[in-house]
Amino acid sequence: MSVFWALCRQHMVLAWRGGHTTLAVAFLFIGVTLMPFGLGPELALLQALAPGLLWVVLVMTLLTSLDRVFQADYEDGSLDQMMLMPLPLEFVVLAKLLGHYIALVVPLLLAVPLAGLLLNLAPAHLPMLLLAMAAGSPALVLLGGIGASLAVSVRRGGLLTVLLSLPFYVPVMIFGAGATQQALAGEIDATRLAILCLFSLASLLAAPVAMAAALRNAVR
Amino acid sequence: MWKALENISAFYANPTRFMNLAARLHAPLWGLALCVLAYGLFRALTVPEDYQQGETVKIMFVHVPAAWMALFGYSFIFAASVTALIFRHPLGHVAARAAAPIGATFTLIALVTGSLWGQPMWGTWWVWDARLTSMLVLLFIYLGYIAIWQAIDEPTRAARTAALLAVVGFINVPIVKFSVDWWNTLHQPASVSRLARPALHADFLYPLLIMGVGFLLLFFALTLTRMQMEILRQKLRTRRMLGQ
Repeated sequence: MSVFWALCRQHMVLAWRGGHTTLAVAFLFIGVTLMPFGLGPELALLQALAPGLLWVVLVMTLLTSLDRVFQADYEDGSLDQMMLMPLPLEFVVLAKLLGHYIALVVPLLLAVPLAGLLLNLAPAHLPMLLLAMAAGSPALVLLGGIGASLAVSVRRGGLLTVLLSLPFYVPVMIFGAGATQQALAGEIDATRLAILCLFSLASLLAAPVAMAAALRNAVR
Repeated sequence: MWKALENISAFYANPTRFMNLAARLHAPLWGLALCVLAYGLFRALTVPEDYQQGETVKIMFVHVPAAWMALFGYSFIFAASVTALIFRHPLGHVAARAAAPIGATFTLIALVTGSLWGQPMWGTWWVWDARLTSMLVLLFIYLGYIAIWQAIDEPTRAARTAALLAVVGFINVPIVKFSVDWWNTLHQPASVSRLARPALHADFLYPLLIMGVGFLLLFFALTLTRMQMEILRQKLRTRRMLGQ
């Protein structure tokens, strides 16, 4: 198990030192900044759209951050080494994605309140939005990982990763954004939260198997 | 029964034997498909006008079978991919690859005819109705599948990666359908008039079923042709690599 944590930590440190974390947070804010230019600066309109916009920007940031999560290891040969480790490949990918989650997704979630401020998000909506994002983001990372692992051997596979992953994101987006938009201010929509948690748990079980199979394919 | 199936499938694992069979099946299958389609179209175009929808109801005879084939096509790709992954049958990948653009085209036809039908009926080209939305997502799944084949140069790797995506995507389809249904029932304002769905009158039902059979035959005829092309392409590739 120590191998698992070592891998997880390695990925975190690399993301942090490589400036990946900063880039992702900056990407989130740039995305949010573009919205008023597209929609007009009217605060009431932005407030109505804020939860949905934040979800879309979060998903786009996650997808762009995921496209190289396995690719660097594939290109420099570390992936072949990881396959020889005593740890099954399923856990190797899980360790890397956990590192990715802690190093990138948690900072993104922490940035959401500030980004919400820019979009005039009603403060009463914030708890529900953050809860829904926290419940749904593991599924987003794991499902995006499937896209990234399928596209791992494709040079410039970024767009391919997005195309492959987006159909999987539809259910999470529906329940995530729905939870935030349907709940009255200050209320918690327990049903949708439970479904989001279900998606995350189901992808925790299924996604590592698919990712490991895809990576074995690519290395073979 | 199972044993017999196994023997047949092992026999046709040889591409040359399959090509012989395909060459013999090719003309009859196309002929049958075109005849059924022609008869179905004739029946479809001569149905009485619908009292609510008038002439536009005739779009149904293309739209509904196309939507059936969109779903059937993806199920076919899934089944072929599983055959290829589990039984290592060489024709599985060929069949899946051959069917993908055909299924994607049927999906597009279903979307476009649906849009053309929706314009006079609902007064808009597109609504984010549950069925339309899930068909659109299905189209994206098809496109991703086709993109994998195009993006990965090495054929065996492309085949196995695409098969994996087909399996994972197949699990995703019902989940998308369920979520979109849920989403739509809460978001869709009741003002968009959806036609009540009366049981189809026999005048409409039989032409529809004939068209369905015609589309199915067309799907198989197109897939067979594309499988032949794919095998020829593979042979050509091998010859080029051998420098012949």
